[in-house]
Amino acid sequence: MATETVSMNRPKRGLWDGGQSPMNASYGKLMMWFFLLSDAFTFSALLVAYGMIRYSNLANETAVGGLGTYVPSQEAWPVPDMVFNAVPFLHGVHLPLVFVGIMTFILIMSSVTMVLAVEAGHRMDRRAVQKYLLWTIIGGITFLGCQAWEWSHFIAGSDTGISLADGTKFYGANLHVNEYGPQLFADLFFFITGFHGTHVLSGVVLLILIFFNTAVGTYDRRGHYEMVEKIGLYWHFVDLVWVFVFTFFYLI
Amino acid sequence: MATIQSHSSHDAHADLHEEHAHHESFITKYIFTTDHKMIAKQFLVTGLLWAFVGGLLSMFFRLQLGFPEMSQEWLRPLLGDWINSSGKIDPNFYLALVTMHGTIMVFFVLTAGLSGTFSNFLIPLQIGARDMASGFMNMLSYWFFFLSSVIMFCSLFVETGPAGVGWTVYPPLSALEESIPGAALGMTLWLTSMSLFIISQLLGGVNYIATVINMRTRGLSFAKLPLTIWAFFLTAVLGLLAFPVLFAAALLLIFDRSFGTSFYLSEIYLNGEALPHVGGSPLLYQHLFWFLGHPEVYIVLLPALGITSEIIATNSRKPIFGYRAMIGSLLGISVLSFVVWAHHMFVSGMSPFLGSVFMFLTLIIAVPSGVKVFNYLTTLWRGNIVFTPAMLFSIGLVSLFISGGITGIFLGNSAIDVYLHDTYFVVAHFHLVMGAASFFGMMAGVYHWFPKMFGRMMDNKLGYLHFWLTFVGVYMVFFPLHYIGIAGFPRHYYTWTNFEAFSGFTDLHAFVTVAALITFSSQLIFAFNFFYSMWFGRRATANPWRSNTLEWTTPVEPGHGNWPGEIPTVYRWPYDYSKPGAIEDYIPQNIPYSMTPGSNLPHENELVDREKDDDAIIIDESETDTTK
Repeated sequence: MATETVSMNRPKRGLWDGGQSPMNASYGKLMMWFFLLSDAFTFSALLVAYGMIRYSNLANETAVGGLGTYVPSQEAWPVPDMVFNAVPFLHGVHLPLVFVGIMTFILIMSSVTMVLAVEAGHRMDRRAVQKYLLWTIIGGITFLGCQAWEWSHFIAGSDTGISLADGTKFYGANLHVNEYGPQLFADLFFFITGFHGTHVLSGVVLLILIFFNTAVGTYDRRGHYEMVEKIGLYWHFVDLVWVFVFTFFYLI
Repeated sequence: MATIQSHSSHDAHADLHEEHAHHESFITKYIFTTDHKMIAKQFLVTGLLWAFVGGLLSMFFRLQLGFPEMSQEWLRPLLGDWINSSGKIDPNFYLALVTMHGTIMVFFVLTAGLSGTFSNFLIPLQIGARDMASGFMNMLSYWFFFLSSVIMFCSLFVETGPAGVGWTVYPPLSALEESIPGAALGMTLWLTSMSLFIISQLLGGVNYIATVINMRTRGLSFAKLPLTIWAFFLTAVLGLLAFPVLFAAALLLIFDRSFGTSFYLSEIYLNGEALPHVGGSPLLYQHLFWFLGHPEVYIVLLPALGITSEIIATNSRKPIFGYRAMIGSLLGISVLSFVVWAHHMFVSGMSPFLGSVFMFLTLIIAVPSGVKVFNYLTTLWRGNIVFTPAMLFSIGLVSLFISGGITGIFLGNSAIDVYLHDTYFVVAHFHLVMGAASFFGMMAGVYHWFPKMFGRMMDNKLGYLHFWLTFVGVYMVFFPLHYIGIAGFPRHYYTWTNFEAFSGFTDLHAFVTVAALITFSSQLIFAFNFFYSMWFGRRATANPWRSNTLEWTTPVEPGHGNWPGEIPTVYRWPYDYSKPGAIEDYIPQNIPYSMTPGSNLPHENELVDREKDDDAIIIDESETDTTK
């Protein structure tokens, strides 16, 4: 069939008039954005559930006088400062939110190194991408390790424990009973931080995959490091979600 | 017709379609295919099979409701021990039938079967793309759906029966495995299947959205998109935002069931024994569920409305009335669908003030819905109507949408809802407005796009027969249910003959059951027509309905890549039907204004210069020309 070219001019069309990517983003990046939007709704649903359950419980009023007066109760929602006050190797020292603060700092730093990796990808600097991805992976694994410690400490419990109705002592927490407060406090803690931890774990797996691909030069051959950028979006999202989880569980 | 080839300097569209011409094996062509058209057909066939399963289940419980005294011994070969020793359907199995009918119809037929089929089939074809953005993810989407289907189907055969706690699976009934047989293994399989289903929806949804945003052909701005694409696009957005909330709700329910948490369980006794659960709230589940559940209604309905808009305009030979108002009402419905969920919970003990807020928001939906109805009617008004089966089903949809929508205004009022809640009035309402209307949209779509899917025409006479039996049947089934509901007859009840107050309804229930049997049987006409025409139907032409949208510019059976040559450029909106001064009564979207000087409006003449600037237009004179 006959074809001929009349005009070599760029058409005077608007961004949204078709034939191009209006937001200057590849479909893969768009998909990642929409997936994250969707995932944000999952987390929102969980955090709303947390809020609803939290406010159907009484607040524990005994914390006003500090550690000395605080009495955990099955009837009242615990005060985070009094629950999350342990740091490894400092047994018995009251350091409210110090350990989780360190965890959060590590995760945020891993987002910084992720940004640096993406930026290095734009420069097509393979060595720098590798270096910063490795730092991000280390940050992610450290965070997961910290969370594992936090969980095991939460499960093992304090020295004092609580007395149950049948007179036995109970230490720590499981899904049915915990020494810190109502049953649902531990349920929600395990579920939501666990769900976030699963996201971090998937993120670390993805990071290891793209680290491998970078190392063997896949993205150099492909001519761009967009995959690093897409995984970066995911990583920042997981980081942002943690900020909300942190706020809900540890600050209010 | 004129073949218009446009050639442009930018090579972004000169895709490597020749690459796809290689020979495909049976497995890569029909099973693990990444071609959106084949995936659409997979969704369609699976959806239709599910429709027959779901319909058959409803026949079983309609028999019980219509003829409570009848011996159902003759069903024993099919249902086995679910027919108990006295020749009746087992009450627990009755609950399972109701549950599975709802689940199958809402999710597997009208979500996956409807938007899975037509979003996949029409998005690339109508926006001028070679395929979906990611064919691989599209394939995964189908296979996750398939896996979820297999699990749901298997659950029909487990010893304790499939899930039997209602399609909304409210805790605490669904959260305690020991509560009823239908909350045991069947419920676990239900949750597993639905989780996979949500993943399938997510994979499909991000694909549809990314494709519509990024892959429209040159000239196809959002303001020129066919209303089908607008509807599919917004459906995908709704699914993307609503399903994850169901996912969260389902995960919490799985934990309550299997790991002993108490998210939805408060102090509760089971068989006289106190359970260890404290502090949870079953209302939390209802909120999370209906945050999905209400948008889900529109996930089901919007594609049907989009399909109808397209078919009504084409077969009225008139531009759709109020194109922008139609888009606006789609947007309005989409936004509002997220802020009305609690109208499903008016009787759950919510604050009356909150109830009135949700009532207000709910009633606002009548406005965009009314806009759509009036636009359909004004499109039909003085149109040069061609009564194809697809057109009949579309008009049928409008009728059902009106009669089902009006009862929605009753139910949206919290005061009236207190009385009508959980009666057959609700059953009648949602079956008309969401069930039957969406089903009619799906049927309309199948009849209309069958020629493009299979290269053959469906038989019109059988189509008419199918339509009239279904249309009359649906009204015969659901109209009497309004009366039964107003009289206070509750849903989900296995037997009502013990209640003297309801014995006056025996004849109405029997009537409904007979109508339902006839309606269901008449779907076999469709099944025959569908499969027979697929192989032996009359051969279709490339554009049998003389329609404007891009899919009709492809060959009769488009291959992988859809257009054998260059992808057409779009110059005009999709509804230039019966334009004054035009030679034919339709002008496809890919015909530039420079070729239709007779029919151009003044502002369109100004666009002619820009067209020349854009692209070179080459008319291939070798083919027969009918638009000249």
